[in-house]
Amino acid sequence: MSTAVQPTLAKTSAPTLGRSILWICLLVAVLAALPLVAPRYWVYFAGILGINIIATHGLNIMTGYTGLLSLGHAAFVGVGAYTVALVQLHLGLPFYLAIPLAGVAAAVIGIGFGLPSLRIRGLYLVIATLAAQFILNFVFVHWQSVTKGDVGLTVQPATVFGYPLNNETRVYYLILFCVVVATWFAVNVIRSRVGRAFIAIRERDLTAEVLGVQIVWYKLVAFALGSFYAGVAGGLLAYFNQFVNPEQFGLLLSVFFLSAVIVGGMGSTLGAILGAVFMTLLPEFLREGALAVGNTFGFDIASILVPLREAVFGLLMVAFLILEPRGLAQLWKRARLKFSRSGQGA
Amino acid sequence: MNIFSAFLEYSAVGIAAGGIYALIALGIVVIFKSSRTFNFAMGEMMMLSAYFFYTAAVTFSFGIFFGVVVAMIGSIAVALLIERLALRPMMGRPFIAIVMVTFGIGSIIRGIVGMIWGPNDLQIPAILARTPVMIGDIFIPGKTARAFAIAVVMVAALIAFLRYSRAGIALRAAAADQITAYSMGIDVRRVIAFTWIIAAITGCISGILMANVNTLTPHLGLVALNVLSVVILGGMNSIGGVLVAGFIIGWLESVTGWVLGTEFREITPYILVLLLLLVRPTGLFGTKEIERI
Amino acid sequence: MLRVDDIQLAFGGLKALSGVSVHAETGKITAVIGPNGAGKTSLFNVVSGFYKPQHGRVTLDGEDISGLKPHQRAYRGMSRTFQNIALFHGMSVLDNIKLGAHTKLTSGVLSAGFRLGLTRREESELSREIQRDIVGLLELDHVQHHPVEDLAYGLQKRVELARALVMKPKILLLDEPVAGMNREEKREMSRFVVDVRKNWNTTVLLIEHDMSMVMGISDHIVVLSFGKPIASGTPDQVRADPNVIKAYLGTGDELVLTQDETAGAQG
Repeated sequence: MSTAVQPTLAKTSAPTLGRSILWICLLVAVLAALPLVAPRYWVYFAGILGINIIATHGLNIMTGYTGLLSLGHAAFVGVGAYTVALVQLHLGLPFYLAIPLAGVAAAVIGIGFGLPSLRIRGLYLVIATLAAQFILNFVFVHWQSVTKGDVGLTVQPATVFGYPLNNETRVYYLILFCVVVATWFAVNVIRSRVGRAFIAIRERDLTAEVLGVQIVWYKLVAFALGSFYAGVAGGLLAYFNQFVNPEQFGLLLSVFFLSAVIVGGMGSTLGAILGAVFMTLLPEFLREGALAVGNTFGFDIASILVPLREAVFGLLMVAFLILEPRGLAQLWKRARLKFSRSGQGA
Repeated sequence: MNIFSAFLEYSAVGIAAGGIYALIALGIVVIFKSSRTFNFAMGEMMMLSAYFFYTAAVTFSFGIFFGVVVAMIGSIAVALLIERLALRPMMGRPFIAIVMVTFGIGSIIRGIVGMIWGPNDLQIPAILARTPVMIGDIFIPGKTARAFAIAVVMVAALIAFLRYSRAGIALRAAAADQITAYSMGIDVRRVIAFTWIIAAITGCISGILMANVNTLTPHLGLVALNVLSVVILGGMNSIGGVLVAGFIIGWLESVTGWVLGTEFREITPYILVLLLLLVRPTGLFGTKEIERI
Repeated sequence: MLRVDDIQLAFGGLKALSGVSVHAETGKITAVIGPNGAGKTSLFNVVSGFYKPQHGRVTLDGEDISGLKPHQRAYRGMSRTFQNIALFHGMSVLDNIKLGAHTKLTSGVLSAGFRLGLTRREESELSREIQRDIVGLLELDHVQHHPVEDLAYGLQKRVELARALVMKPKILLLDEPVAGMNREEKREMSRFVVDVRKNWNTTVLLIEHDMSMVMGISDHIVVLSFGKPIASGTPDQVRADPNVIKAYLGTGDELVLTQDETAGAQG
């Protein structure tokens, strides 16, 4: 054994899977019981949160793990939402076909926009996704014959064996189920050969290539998978709101998801969840805060809510990137470490 | 008026608009060349300058001249602030992280502008005379023509400056090879700050011009995203290329708007971007870089 | 095992390699040495597939691989370490090592995501194999779950070697494996390389500046200077070659060449 001086490393052991599973089951049980005890508004909020979590997972896989920056994630969510609305309208497909189809549609369109750029420098992909954001939005608004433009499309409730999911609580359970599956899938991918390839590409793609990782293929898979998640989130949103229109999928929403990934901690599945929770709660706090300020100084805050969000989302992005790039997930880890250490030392 | 004259007219207008695009794109390229940073906040910086101008010239009634001066000073201050507070701490970090920072800054500026000045269109005092310019039979709206003239003068001045002045040479040296530039005594950090000042100046002028030709709205910043196609077509590290590309894109935008209808104008640059990425991402004059391990 | 025939490589006007040929025999350790700028890393990059030479051929185990992309060469059994450590931050030591076995696994995104039988089997087998063959051999037991960026330099080098080994490569390219190490770490690393050759009959092609290591463990040495081969043979032959001594004159290494030191493990 080398006697070279080594920096003292904190004790680490293999992460214990068993304990984590217990906690997760508990959490899911609590979430399932939520509609029974909480006011309606909370359930609505939780539903939106679930959708945001799924979309954030997708962006995290693309951007956080593989390093492919997408500024157009919201547009792919929109593709998913419109797909659900349209296949229901024209083909009468049930939700368990419509939602996966929404994911596939988003993945295919995502690949369509991203493919030319996946072989070349990352910057071009960023620009391509921005182009996708604007082009898709344009299509949503102007392809009147299909999307009914600004008027939008109505979505009938999903039905489970004839049982209509026509209020938030019922759709909430569907969303909860999808969030659990989506998270489980994401965790599995990351701890597999595919996930390792993703991280390797983000870190040092040439080295990864030498070790046998086919870069273009895995970038494609990451981008498609991330877009698939976006499409599924969009599909769920369509059933949840029972309404789809272009306004829901603008640039601000893309900024929202990107902020969620950064704030939560890029390249961390827990981070994606924490980031989505934080960002979904944020507008509520901003509104309360702005209302308080508005009331104290006597002005109407309605017109500043949207730009306020834009500014704060951007500020969070920049602040976390500069100061804590590993995000809330890292803060969480540190808090846990302190908690366990103080428990031991006592 | 036959089709040919209509075509010439739309072409002329397009090329004139392209002059402004070239100016904006220059701001992006200059920063990219020296620090490999793609400034996604360029459009917002441009828009902020126009709002500074409005506030100084109209709200405080300083008049046009001082309005421009105040806008200029404000833009430069903001640019330096961005460079110092947000970008310098990010030196050495991965490229996409830096891109995300500039994108975030764009969002911050958009939000602040929206909060302070509200969502409505504002009229700024006419700097440019409205009398139309006639070239033969072709009618070019006065404001556009004059904006074009100013833009071209600025671009020419900038190119001359980069070519012949000491600062310009230092900039090109740092762009070519940072380490060698350091060893020759060039303070690369100051050079980078300087490129941000240049970007602030081009952004300010083009912002005020744009607001004159159109109106002042919080969406002005998104115009700069049109300029993405200019930057790619010209080649991200080619100043001359971006100039030519500006005219081409402006022309294409105008002509497709004429042929396909005005709502397609806003989407043309993005479709162009995608086509370029498919066919020739390095653009007309960009250089392919060899990656050594 | 690996033949490099008459490689000509130029970047614009700059000739990096002129007529370089190397034959790395199966199960033997072949070293490529030469003063700085001699073209050694360029040679490795040609072998890896990053540079396309203007002339020449690379053959692995009888197959002409000159047209293959780098990842395809990995599938043929080629593995490599890097001069400046190229570990993947954000992954643990174990995950870095597991990535080295990318070409040996087959699970795709669906199998991985749903944790189907294929993925479960492959992953557990890989873990077992790594524990059995790699972690013990390279003495990485105590750090296997740590994030790689926290490790000391010498340990990181060892992890990189582990990652290169896990695919049980036919040919292992080592780019300055002991650069920046102290004497004891160098001895250990040399021992590991020799053990690998002994246990798995791995062919090793090695770039190194440390003469005592090279002289101590190599079976065959090729000397490059300014992109041209100037000598080749056994360590003793190369040591005595006047062209080699001349090329190294003034670099301080000529003393090592002429020393009768038998430092380093003997294979």
